[in-house]
Amino acid sequence: MKVVRIFVPSDTTALSLGADAVAAAVEHEARAREIDLQLVRNGSRGLSWLEPLVEVETPAGRVAYGPVRAEDVNGLFEAGLCSGASQHALFQGRPEDIPFLRKQQRLTFSRLGLSDPLSLDDYIELGGFQGLARALTMDKEDIVRWVTDSGLRGRGGAAFPTGIKWQTVLKAPSSQKYVVCNADEGDSGTFADRLVMECDPYMLVEGMIIAGLAVGATQGYIYLRSEYPLAQRIMNEAIERASQAGYLGEDLCGSGYRFDLEVRLGAGAYICGEETALLESLEGKRGMVRVKPPLPAVKGLFGQPTIVNNVLSLAAVPFILDRGPQTYADCGMGRSRGTLPFQLAGNIARGGLVELAFGATLRELLYDFGGGSRSGRPLRAVQVGGPLGAYLPETQWDTPLDYEAFAAMGAMLGHGGIVAFDDTVDLRQQARFAMEFCAVESCGKCTPCRIGSTRGVEVIDQLAVDPEGNLALLEELCETMTDGSLCAMGGMTPFPVLSAVRHFPEDFNTQRESTDSRESV
Amino acid sequence: MLHIYEPERDYGTPAPLPEYSAGYAALETVELTIDGRAVAVPKGTSVLRAATLAGINIPKLCATDALDAFGSCRLCLVEIAGRKGYPASCTTPVEADMAVTTQNGKLARLRRNVMELYISDHPLDCLTCAANGNCELQDMAGAVGLREVRYPEGGENHLQAEKDHSNPYFTFDPAKCIVCSRCVRACEEVQGTFALTIAGRGFDSRVAAGSEQPFMDSDCVSCGACVQHCPTATLMENSIIEQGQPEHSVVTTCAYCGVGCGFRAEMQGEQVVNMLPWKDGGANRGHACVKGRFAFGYATHPDRVTTPMIRDSIDQPWQVVSWEEAIAHAARRLREVQQQYGRDSIGGITSSRCTNEETYLVQKMVRAAFGNNNVDTCARVCHSPTGYGLKRTLGESAGTQDFDSVDSADVVMVIGANPTDGHPVFASRLKRRLRAGARLIVVDPRRIDLVQSPHIRADYHLPLRPGTNVAFINAMAHVIVSEGLEDREFIAQRCEQEAFREWLEFIRDPRHAPEQMAAVTGIDAEALRAAARLYATGGNGAIYYGLGVTEHSQGSTMVMGIANLAMLTGNIGRRGVGVNPLRGQNNVQGSCDMGSFPHELPGYQPVGDDGVRSRFERSWQVELDPVPGFRIPNMFDEALAGNFRALYCQGEDIAQSDPNTQHVEAALRNLDCLIVQDIFLNETAKFAHVFLPGASFLEKDGTFTNAERRISRVRRVLTPLAGKADWEATMALSTALGYPMSYQHPAEIMAEIASLTPSFQGVSYARLEQEGSIQWPCNDAAPDGTPIMHVEAFVRGKGRFVVTEYVPTEEKVTRRFPLLLTTGRILSQYNVGAQTRRTANSAWHPEDILEIHPHDAGDRGISEGDRVSIASRVGETSLHASLSERVQPGVVYTTFHHPISGANVITTENSDWATNCPEYKVTAVEVRKATGPSVWQQEHSEFGREQQRLAKGGTVEATQDAAGTA
Repeated sequence: MKVVRIFVPSDTTALSLGADAVAAAVEHEARAREIDLQLVRNGSRGLSWLEPLVEVETPAGRVAYGPVRAEDVNGLFEAGLCSGASQHALFQGRPEDIPFLRKQQRLTFSRLGLSDPLSLDDYIELGGFQGLARALTMDKEDIVRWVTDSGLRGRGGAAFPTGIKWQTVLKAPSSQKYVVCNADEGDSGTFADRLVMECDPYMLVEGMIIAGLAVGATQGYIYLRSEYPLAQRIMNEAIERASQAGYLGEDLCGSGYRFDLEVRLGAGAYICGEETALLESLEGKRGMVRVKPPLPAVKGLFGQPTIVNNVLSLAAVPFILDRGPQTYADCGMGRSRGTLPFQLAGNIARGGLVELAFGATLRELLYDFGGGSRSGRPLRAVQVGGPLGAYLPETQWDTPLDYEAFAAMGAMLGHGGIVAFDDTVDLRQQARFAMEFCAVESCGKCTPCRIGSTRGVEVIDQLAVDPEGNLALLEELCETMTDGSLCAMGGMTPFPVLSAVRHFPEDFNTQRESTDSRESV
Repeated sequence: MLHIYEPERDYGTPAPLPEYSAGYAALETVELTIDGRAVAVPKGTSVLRAATLAGINIPKLCATDALDAFGSCRLCLVEIAGRKGYPASCTTPVEADMAVTTQNGKLARLRRNVMELYISDHPLDCLTCAANGNCELQDMAGAVGLREVRYPEGGENHLQAEKDHSNPYFTFDPAKCIVCSRCVRACEEVQGTFALTIAGRGFDSRVAAGSEQPFMDSDCVSCGACVQHCPTATLMENSIIEQGQPEHSVVTTCAYCGVGCGFRAEMQGEQVVNMLPWKDGGANRGHACVKGRFAFGYATHPDRVTTPMIRDSIDQPWQVVSWEEAIAHAARRLREVQQQYGRDSIGGITSSRCTNEETYLVQKMVRAAFGNNNVDTCARVCHSPTGYGLKRTLGESAGTQDFDSVDSADVVMVIGANPTDGHPVFASRLKRRLRAGARLIVVDPRRIDLVQSPHIRADYHLPLRPGTNVAFINAMAHVIVSEGLEDREFIAQRCEQEAFREWLEFIRDPRHAPEQMAAVTGIDAEALRAAARLYATGGNGAIYYGLGVTEHSQGSTMVMGIANLAMLTGNIGRRGVGVNPLRGQNNVQGSCDMGSFPHELPGYQPVGDDGVRSRFERSWQVELDPVPGFRIPNMFDEALAGNFRALYCQGEDIAQSDPNTQHVEAALRNLDCLIVQDIFLNETAKFAHVFLPGASFLEKDGTFTNAERRISRVRRVLTPLAGKADWEATMALSTALGYPMSYQHPAEIMAEIASLTPSFQGVSYARLEQEGSIQWPCNDAAPDGTPIMHVEAFVRGKGRFVVTEYVPTEEKVTRRFPLLLTTGRILSQYNVGAQTRRTANSAWHPEDILEIHPHDAGDRGISEGDRVSIASRVGETSLHASLSERVQPGVVYTTFHHPISGANVITTENSDWATNCPEYKVTAVEVRKATGPSVWQQEHSEFGREQQRLAKGGTVEATQDAAGTA
């Protein structure tokens, strides 16, 4: 009897939507029908709104059904799931033909959801470790130059050229250097790092090994937020298997080089996503922001030269080394080269991962990909770049998604998180939330951030009392935080606040509901 | 200048440190402009410091030059041409051609708005605040021109936060905290204890001791660095809360340990308000410990005896008399004794607690007025082997380095010392260096704090058996020689070849191999080999040692063994290396230097040397006895034999501090005349016939010399309570004895010392006033003094290796006495405790405790807190026991700060073969559960009560020393 391969995703999104129950139901049905089932727990393809997205292998390729609930499974089998039958309401056709996926440019996420994330064979078969193989034939300087030439910039949000950072670490004299991966993915509406770690973990391992080779670092740490237990399990297993297979440790791939990798868990502080606070935390200390200079590239972890890169930056590296810097640089616009994995979230019909070359517009993302609001009401505001990102009104949705273009309008792309709001949103509440978030998550080191954010909440609460005076005070407070804060936490909290004030003044200048703000405390 | 109250200038960030390698490379100069003014500063200087140096004051709160830049307060923001934003000037290093603007409208608004945020969470009680008049927050609010706080009333705040009164010396008022982290950073960077942290996040961030505990329950050692560096009244001395801000200050030197910290005594009239470590103090560089900073209240304690007293016998009540009568009586009794028993029947003991000038006078009086050389000092019982051992090998009886040297050490070996308790301020400097990466070898029977404490871990802890030091040091040298790790060039150029060859022959013998010696020392051979390799090859190797080296039957041998090891590896004569005795008392180095030994005149000049003696005879206008006199133990023995009949003892409590208390007491009871000069009616005074009230260090002028040979001024800030400084009392006694002395000021005494002592030739009060301190030798050959000795050549010319054969002590464990007792000090108390027990320091250490390993305790049915008897072949006492794995099985440990503990009732009169330094560190004992105090303790209490009653015949109130049993 012919073997039937069925794929049920196993990342956190799919699991939270019942993927395990779906998988159990699939096995149950197969047994009942005496079908020789090969169940693959693959990663997600990043089409969150279709999760759990069940796929079946057919002679014509893989066919997808979604979103599947356990109770749908029997009907799917009845309808001919095993042969890829199209007569079912959940039938989505070939996944790569789903427009949401078809229209993307998946360079980094090319393998996303194709196979069992922990299968080394699959990873290699799908082009994995080609970048590393190339890197092992190159000089350090050349690896760094390729990364520089690719135009890759820090995907954590600061957009600092990755190659230049690597160059600094390479040139820093020291017998011990480190590669630290910032996997403290804490921005609202973001999940791309998690998808890398849960669905394509070897890509991150490979990226970090290459970084180590490039600068002469022998130890890597993945600083992972504690809220990602599944990513922790998968990364640890991947590191273990990669070590067994000789990709890590002493004399990796017989090259004579050494690189070890370890996952370290954070403790739930947003500020530990800031690179210097992350390093403090990694050293076992309280996560407090360090002053720069010295840069971590010169004096980082345990005082040694350290690459600190976001998951997405490191994940882009294997592609660059495999396909050459120009292939990557050919995508994008202006000084923003390559692709950015956007993450569509919030009040959006079709949420998920959208990897696109720089240059598309928010409107395309919101409507062509996202399909408008989930509630069906008109979209009113979009926050881009996490909790410190600006709220953008519709008038700005045609701006090309590009670091410089966004900076020019007082916004930022950050880590590519996009949170959509419909017309029921109260931007004064959102501004207040921005201050409150800062008050809770500030490391407490610098005064504008530590005290200013709390005063910001209070001033917003008092807007009804003296709108004009308090609005002026709020603006001056925001100036103090922007110009006076030690790091981006306090320095950028004014972005969401002031953008809300500026673009949605109608939410601030009424005498209405002076009580509702209290209720939400 | 030193007498006006003026907060010391704060440059905001520390001066940049040049890298030390073969020598200091001079720092490159960077030129920039600040507010249009051309400024040139060394590379690595912060913009803030550069501005301050140029007289431009940028507002700041979290920055202070004692701590690394932190950048949290955001007041010191500036504009730099061509740079984005407003960088904090404290964290921004200068760069060539930088153009900095420190003041403009934008910066003013930023600073004012930041200050407004601070004040929105700060009580507005300035007028009644303890920091009023000395508050940086207040100053900065003024500097930035804050006029109103616009934020809504009733906002979140910390104004109701509760005060922590747990520490007896300071109060923590979190309502006033601005979370600048200066306290936390001081605890980490300066003190190295890591007791403080910031708890909570965001607005909830607050300073916390330990795991948000009261300060007294945390790891806090009460060094006071946090209090000193707090810019507000959040951490505030209770004395200032009670008394208010000082109005003048006087720079002086601490009277506790041999570190010799410089202090500003901050005064209101004749009242000491606060002791603030002096930033320019060469030994302490602005830091202090719980004793020096806080424990000064003893100076005005009601127990102070402030009138002379006399009596004919010790069972009579004391009679209060005038100075004239007391002096005349004392002189008469001394002369009577001499007439009856001969010139050599009397003697004197100089004090390591008193000034150089006072010590000099006492020995001068003994030699010139008593007419003999019966003078000794407490160094006899602590570091006399150091003097002997270093003189013989290197040529000078003192440590080779200054404390700054530790900043350049790569490998530090601590032998028989517990710096975090005994020499805490040096320990902080050492720990700072260790945190920066220096390696550490600890050689000690106990697991002292340095072995493992926050951010410090010894690379090797070699827990040797007490009494086996020489076996250990020989094994170290054997490893280095047998593995060819010695510094041949250094030895060839700097050392005596013949002595070296002889020593080499000796040390090569396989019997010294660590594998052979392991059975003796108990040290794992491999660990010892590794430690020896590290010391020999790890870069600059520095040895610091304490009384665990000297107070042994082979104390002098061990000191020479240490010197051998340093010469063998070339670790002498430059920064970062050396042989460094950590001296016990504030002026024990000075008392030795000042001729307190029966065989040596000031400057270690032999009394038997005719040339030397004749110079002194000319100056002193008297004929001197060429024959060395009695050492302290000889005095006791001779007293018991009836040949030694009268003793003048200044500022030393021999009845508590010397070994075999019952022997000492018997000797004291045998004296016809015991004259005690002290600030308290101490243990020894209970046996005295004449009591001369002493003056504390706050009541007199003079100098102390610390462990790094640093001569520092002690300045009078109070009128002597008894009307005379100690040197004045000695002058009076000498004059009454017919040898007149008439110095108007200690400066004149120092001038005389300088004229007679080659190593002090260049020392004068005028220079000390100018330079703060001078390290001897200071003379034509070393006009600026000598921070580091033996640089070009050894003082004796060539270094001399001395054969150091290990001879086991006679004090051996037996079936009857199967445990070894070793003794030491604790941070909060000081030696015999006469001072610290009369301060709130007793909150930390109200009684001496016996540390015993759980195995030994288990064998004996002893549980935590049990009262146990400790018996040796000479005596028995009792203490409460604490089970601790800090001691190894077979070893028990206690401190000796409380008289009733009777630690020295059990120590024996075994002593160093060369110097008679007692073998305090090794006593064979047995420990048993006890039901109550020992017989000695009961008698001691009874005698104490009796003496208390007799003292009440005078004007003296009850003394703590005499108070009942623990």
